[in-house]
Amino acid sequence: MAVLVDHNTRLITQGITGSSGAFHSRMCKAYGTNLVGGVTPGKGGTWFEGEVPIFNTVAEAVKYTAANATMIFVPPPYAADAIMEAADAGIKLIVCITEGIPANDMVKAWRYLQGKDCRLIGPNCPGIITPGAAKIGIMPGHIHLPGRIGVVSRSGTLTYEAVGQLTALGLGQSTCIGIGGDPIIGTNHTEALRLFNDDPDTDAVIMIGEIGGSAEEAACAWAKANMSKPIIGFIAGATAPPGRRMGHAGAIISGGQGRAEDKYAAMSDAGVHIVRSPAEMGRRMKEVLIEAGLL
Amino acid sequence: MKLHEYQAKELLRRHGVPVPPGEAAHTVEDAVKAAEALGGNFWVVKAQVHAGGRGKGRFKEVAAAADLEAVLAGAAEVPGKGGVQLCRSIEGVREAAAMMLGNTLVTKQTGAAGVVVKTVLVTTGADIARELYAALLLDRQTSRILLMASTEGGTEIEEVAAVNPGAIHKVSIDPVTGLGDWQARQLAAKLGLTGKAFNGAVKMFLSLYQTYMATDSSMLEINPLVVSSDGDVVALDAKFMIDDNALFRQKEITSWYDAGEDDAAEVEAASYNLNFVKLDGTIGCLVNGAGLAMATMDIIKFYGGEPANFLDVGGGANKDQVKAALGIITKDPAVKAILVNIFGGIMRCDVIAAGIIAAVAETGLQVPLIARLEGTNAELGRKLLSESGLAIITATSLADAAEKSVAAVAGK
Repeated sequence: MAVLVDHNTRLITQGITGSSGAFHSRMCKAYGTNLVGGVTPGKGGTWFEGEVPIFNTVAEAVKYTAANATMIFVPPPYAADAIMEAADAGIKLIVCITEGIPANDMVKAWRYLQGKDCRLIGPNCPGIITPGAAKIGIMPGHIHLPGRIGVVSRSGTLTYEAVGQLTALGLGQSTCIGIGGDPIIGTNHTEALRLFNDDPDTDAVIMIGEIGGSAEEAACAWAKANMSKPIIGFIAGATAPPGRRMGHAGAIISGGQGRAEDKYAAMSDAGVHIVRSPAEMGRRMKEVLIEAGLL
Repeated sequence: MKLHEYQAKELLRRHGVPVPPGEAAHTVEDAVKAAEALGGNFWVVKAQVHAGGRGKGRFKEVAAAADLEAVLAGAAEVPGKGGVQLCRSIEGVREAAAMMLGNTLVTKQTGAAGVVVKTVLVTTGADIARELYAALLLDRQTSRILLMASTEGGTEIEEVAAVNPGAIHKVSIDPVTGLGDWQARQLAAKLGLTGKAFNGAVKMFLSLYQTYMATDSSMLEINPLVVSSDGDVVALDAKFMIDDNALFRQKEITSWYDAGEDDAAEVEAASYNLNFVKLDGTIGCLVNGAGLAMATMDIIKFYGGEPANFLDVGGGANKDQVKAALGIITKDPAVKAILVNIFGGIMRCDVIAAGIIAAVAETGLQVPLIARLEGTNAELGRKLLSESGLAIITATSLADAAEKSVAAVAGK
């Protein structure tokens, strides 16, 4: 079954006629994702590549295609609005790839989503993939392998690195969730761990955090009390200087908070299997699976 | 993006936040004129640099080496005059401005290199009965904006949080309603304010929130927020952090950017849309993706090396960006080896390889370059590198790349 996306996913792309939106819609479709429509205001009534209908609004797209998921490539000034539009239209899974959304816009969008029956992944994320079933996002599909390891990460390429190591060892993935590198995101580490814990098709999880904020600490506190599956943990940025933003808007140590050492300490306290070298994520997972009798 | 104090106060003034009268000056003469125009017999001259600790900072060209070391070590008392000077005469203003303008201010936060002062702010002295603290910031735990205030003005908030957390009061702001008048009143009451000062603080909190939203700030700090003996409430100092993601709609503020405050290599990198942060090590890094770039720094350290920089070429870098990135890395004389770590997703490894080859063909290669290409078109990228005839060391994995880089620096 995996989590959040599978063969029942009916995807639309918001911003399907932009260059990134078009390219990745094509790639997701080629991977096997059921792409049922797209939205570009003003281009409703036309077709994407002759076979996917384009609508002016998400509400129209939902009405005619019964879409239940969306992938947002709308440019930063309009992306928060696109998230709210998707939620209002009843889309259950909103995956926002867009990087660079103003934080104050996200404060409003985040508030708007409260109490609504939907889940936001991102923004500023690579998306989510259930190998062999469906991919919503910009990750290279071919490095993945269907299997029983969950992956959750704030980073894009570092997630690919983890997946690459797992696949090379023959360890497939149930679902990989890139939760995004911004200070305000929809689904956080805690919620991702909960989803994997509840998923009968996930045996263990790789959790990749990075400096900034305290979401990893919160997730570790939750895991200590609730998680029944092994977690392999890595935190990026142990060598990052304080007060400097390391690429991601959310990756900054400020006011003495968000240090890698604090996150590693929380992981250690929660019984997470820590790897200090990012080259060891896959190998450590294999060891832990063998120890647990899962391999 | 950070603002200078005089820029921050201009924004506050526009939104109705009381700030002491003052004027920015770029020359000694203008500083004197500003003081004369302000009138009175007491002025404060403040060096306009982004770094904190200005008052306790000292000037490289003026202070003794031992005193500069004391500044960097965070000593409580250092002889001489710093980046904030109280002047009781026009001649005093002239001397203060002359000491500051064009000279290099070293504070605990600037590090030994210091920052050249190009602007000073000349303000009138303030009547201070009480020093408070107020700040608005993005609270990641609640995904809301937080207004916080403390009775311990003039002290770093981190220090107050550690020593006397009870002095800090917080208000979480619902974006639907904005900061409520009642919330501002609650906060003013918690600070123990009454009468005129109470009303002044309430008005200031509401105006600060307006300023925060209108300027797309991600942090706005007033420290100290001063109550005068007459009960006037004034923002004596102001620090802003503007959300870089919102600069597209903050044209005027964007035009205030002071490139002189940032590392020259970082400014150059930004012009190519590269995320670059200068570090102190010897292994230059060129990586795609922020998380992987941090992880690459970490693994260099794991194998006993030191990264010279953080560099994320982004998800869709082209040949020119790769070339520019290599150019920026090799300009750093401390760099003894370069590690290129690419996990191709959207980015194709052959494009990276072409960029490397073009850069090396043009500028030559003074230090060993270790390349690890994985993901989309990795085979093709490796083939291009090996057929180029250039002395590029290829690595098969992240660990292999880090080990080879550390070995290269050690001369093995």
